[in-house]
Amino acid sequence: MDIAIVKYNAGNVASVMYALDRIGVKYQWTDDTSILQQADKVIFPGVGEASTAMAHLKEKGLDQLIPQLKQPVLATCIGMQLLCKHSEENDTTCMGVFDVEVKRFQSSDLKIPHVGWNSIRAIQDNPLMEGLKPEEFVYFVHSYYVPVNPFTTAECNYVQPFSAMLHRDNFYAAQFHAEISGMAGQRIIENFLAI
Amino acid sequence: MLTKRIIPCLDIKDGRTVKGTNFVDLRDAGDPVELGALYAQEGADELVFLDITATVDDRKTLVNLVREVARHVNIPFTVGGGISSIQDVSALLNAGADKVSINSSAVRNPDLIDELALQFGSQCIIVAIDTRLVDGKDWVHTHGGRKITEIQTIPWAKEVENRGAGEILLTSMDADGTKAGFANALTAHISTHASIPIIASGGAGSMEHFYEVFTDGKADAGLAASIFHFKEISIGDLKNYLSSKGIPMRI
Repeated sequence: MDIAIVKYNAGNVASVMYALDRIGVKYQWTDDTSILQQADKVIFPGVGEASTAMAHLKEKGLDQLIPQLKQPVLATCIGMQLLCKHSEENDTTCMGVFDVEVKRFQSSDLKIPHVGWNSIRAIQDNPLMEGLKPEEFVYFVHSYYVPVNPFTTAECNYVQPFSAMLHRDNFYAAQFHAEISGMAGQRIIENFLAI
Repeated sequence: MLTKRIIPCLDIKDGRTVKGTNFVDLRDAGDPVELGALYAQEGADELVFLDITATVDDRKTLVNLVREVARHVNIPFTVGGGISSIQDVSALLNAGADKVSINSSAVRNPDLIDELALQFGSQCIIVAIDTRLVDGKDWVHTHGGRKITEIQTIPWAKEVENRGAGEILLTSMDADGTKAGFANALTAHISTHASIPIIASGGAGSMEHFYEVFTDGKADAGLAASIFHFKEISIGDLKNYLSSKGIPMRI
């Protein structure tokens, strides 16, 4: 199986690579459009700020390529937010695979960002959560969130219920960092690779 | 529900884990990669590695160690000690660290916090504050707690947050190594005035001390070293205890 990790200038992907090493699969970290198009699976990671990340994707034409991909794609953290329509983070137009708005958490009593382990719950048939407990803990770090919407396949609660995972056609997305979410995170990645 | 975090800290010297009292009198406490993997398996929520030698020669050793840890550990981990530039941070993140912790270098050059937050994102920048009570006031200390500064702890905590720190690792040098409990009053004060998470450190000697730091101390995470290294408390038992007392835990 050919796995490609999208290479663009948004955060470090070492943890993602080591997670794949632990599972025992090979991968390429690349921004080459033909390799990305031909891969069996594409992982679209991301850490950082939305407008900067979109600018880096545009430089390489990846903002056009990614929404057109036909094989299963797993987007994580800011990668998931960039697949939405628009983000409140610096008023950024994103790729629009999921027709939803990314919003900033607002709370007078809870700390923002949302950092740490929180439980997620599948709310639709969700192949990525197969074999997991009904409520499973995963690791989050984020200040912006995707509200619960028709694409939501797992939700988490912080300030209010929000989307922990999204799914539409071949696009799967997770707000949390599956690559450092213990055995639960590893199972989610394995489930994605098994699609 | 967002859980409180239990974080074992591994002090690293010459590639080995060590632990002493009040940052002196160091004893060997084992292989960092093995210990890290064991803690992850036992249910640790994160790991912190603090390189307490951090001389130039040791930097390469540290980067190699970070790479080995990242290969074996599937939870977030932080590396601190001797980090003073964008290049240092870049090398550690590329080797697989999820976050870095800076201390003396942030005191020396507070702009470093802004620069690192801009370059790598606040989520991976922890500012460690070593504090000690002197003449009735809390003062920031550097160089492993040996050197007092002219900066008071409470305003410094606010400043590092404003400059872009993603979390604060607050170590009470008065409590560290005593096993008499965390500095709950100071931790609570800083935590209630901050919008970023506070990791409390120094003084853990019993499971009750963790309960107190999460309730009285209002900490988001509790960090300890020796009680875990020397198996006085197992992480699994600690998390079960805290959960039974109503503290949200990842079990």
